[in-house]
Amino acid sequence: MSALVSVEGLKVHFPIRSGIVLNRKVGAVKAVDGVDLEIEEGRTLGLVGESGCGKSTLGRALLRLSPVTEGKVIFDGVDVAGLRGEELRRIRQDMQMVFQDPLASLNPRQSVETILTEPLRAHGIAYDRRNRVRELLDQVGMPPSAAQKYPHEFSGGQRQRIGIARAIALEPRFVIADEPVSALDVSIQAQVLNLLEELQQKLGLTYLVIAHDLAVVRHVSDEVAVMYLGGIVEQAPSDDLYSQPFHPYTKALMSAVPVPDPRIEATRERILLQGDLPSPANPPAGCRFHTRCPFRQEARCDTERPELRLIGPGHRVACHYAEDIAAGRITAHEVTPEEVFAG
Amino acid sequence: MPTPAAPLLTVRDLAVTFGVRGQRAVHAVDEVSFEIRPGQHVGLVGESGSGKSVTSLAIMGLLPKRGVRTSGEVLWGGRNLLTADPDELSRLRGREIAMVFQDPMTSLNPVVPIGVQVSEVIRRHEKADRREAQDRAEALLRQVGIPDPGRRLREYPHQLSGGMRQRVLIAIAIACGPKLLIADEPTTALDVTIQAQVLEVLKELVADTNAALLLITHDLGVVAGICDEVNVMYSGRIVESTTRNRLFATPRHPYTGGLLESIPRLDSPRGAPLRPIPGSPNQTIPWTEGCAFAPRCGNRIDECTSSPPPLKYEGDRDLRCYNPLSDPARAEAVQA
Repeated sequence: MSALVSVEGLKVHFPIRSGIVLNRKVGAVKAVDGVDLEIEEGRTLGLVGESGCGKSTLGRALLRLSPVTEGKVIFDGVDVAGLRGEELRRIRQDMQMVFQDPLASLNPRQSVETILTEPLRAHGIAYDRRNRVRELLDQVGMPPSAAQKYPHEFSGGQRQRIGIARAIALEPRFVIADEPVSALDVSIQAQVLNLLEELQQKLGLTYLVIAHDLAVVRHVSDEVAVMYLGGIVEQAPSDDLYSQPFHPYTKALMSAVPVPDPRIEATRERILLQGDLPSPANPPAGCRFHTRCPFRQEARCDTERPELRLIGPGHRVACHYAEDIAAGRITAHEVTPEEVFAG
Repeated sequence: MPTPAAPLLTVRDLAVTFGVRGQRAVHAVDEVSFEIRPGQHVGLVGESGSGKSVTSLAIMGLLPKRGVRTSGEVLWGGRNLLTADPDELSRLRGREIAMVFQDPMTSLNPVVPIGVQVSEVIRRHEKADRREAQDRAEALLRQVGIPDPGRRLREYPHQLSGGMRQRVLIAIAIACGPKLLIADEPTTALDVTIQAQVLEVLKELVADTNAALLLITHDLGVVAGICDEVNVMYSGRIVESTTRNRLFATPRHPYTGGLLESIPRLDSPRGAPLRPIPGSPNQTIPWTEGCAFAPRCGNRIDECTSSPPPLKYEGDRDLRCYNPLSDPARAEAVQA
């Protein structure tokens, strides 16, 4: 199988400017700093990380909704990063996005019919108004009567269904879902996740699912990439990643997720990270995670940035000592939290 | 087993109704009863709109006076907090009952240094001069795991990260050694690794100070880690109430069972499809006509939509359901 989307050395830096007259660039927030990714056609890649790690910026950069500072985003053989104007607009037909907060991403003054047909009008695609809207609503499990209603008349779960219907209106090949369920009530999340899976099977979609919830990502993804401070620290097939995480950050992240089962909660081992996420404007030298890593080793971790390297079949990790940690040759030690100042 | 201590807080038939004259009243909370004993950790679980936060605000006497009607009893040391006068309540709040809110950015004053905000509680409730209160504030910040507390005291909320701010709120809450700590979604605004840190701090503190904890959350995973007793709320009423272990091992209310089955879990096999609860939380019928969960319930029988189910004691738990999920343990016992 070939990759539908591949990202090479992607960097997205936002300049920090100072001064009114001279407006000099005094630094940069390195939101995404050297990411390589591949997503095969018809598969789902999950992207997890904490807030501020750059996962949403990465997703937006793939659609060129954020400017690309450096690197390539190759979609079906075309480098999206270099496109502009009409060419970019045309390729966006094939790449669509589902946003986190459906209330904020749907225009409150447009009826559902207008919302769903706007992408078709924008791209100048001829359509049969009645049938296309009904078909789209049917695909996301909504009644045809919804067409004449407005976003405020729906519940959160239904709004997200409308957001998904809008994303598939252009029959895209690639859909980026940025936190598709985190704004929804617990009992609704499963409905939307099931809908996303169903649509993938029916329409042969390729997904990038961005979320902070590891359990959600694991459920929907074939492959999962873990992001920390602008870089990917581990990437593996979903089952492998969760059964044998190599990177200390992945381990900590997984052990931090509460499990709704008191027996497991009482017995499982916790790796409690100290301190906060460092600022992406001034990331730590060497391995970005070394300031919070319980397995940090002198001299190497804080000077040399580890490359993402193959450690098992399809399993890549960016840690100098992944094997040593797995074999128990390096044990966890105390970490003194380093000071982090909020922006 | 020693006889259980007298309850610290007793909530009996609490009802909160919002509404302006001339408009249809909203019954946000109704028939809510539970007890908290000294040192006990009780969870109040529900989705948005289930009335869990309103319950906590009613206990603290923080609901606005206009347009709100409360009835029932909230007993604290023999007094009914719902009818207590404002002076009495403000002597109690912060000293005996303290609260940690969800959003640490909006509950800290942005233009007042951290140190002043922490020592304010101490100076208000105890005879302590400024110097002494500052020293205690520093010790409190250290206790909740804030590095370099001396410097942090002089800083403002915006200079702290979300996790740090939440720790400050916890420090304020425990400043006067309250007997009951009410935490309303204390970690919802935080990232998972920070959530784990803050929960750990909260757990250690309640264990050290022997304070009782009322934890309000939508996250069953958080409850599984901390609470002894769990009350599940749906549409303003408690639908199931039992010990943590029983609730998670054998959920009996279809809503509790449905919630547990619909959450993707890190430890479940990945291929297993999720079984969502159909419909959405606003598809309800009024409790006066039947069970509010009936329109979404797979176990619905005729009775569910004809008369409201009462909360009944069912051997090992309180349950508000005509046709609960079967209890495997009991089914086996009957067969044997």
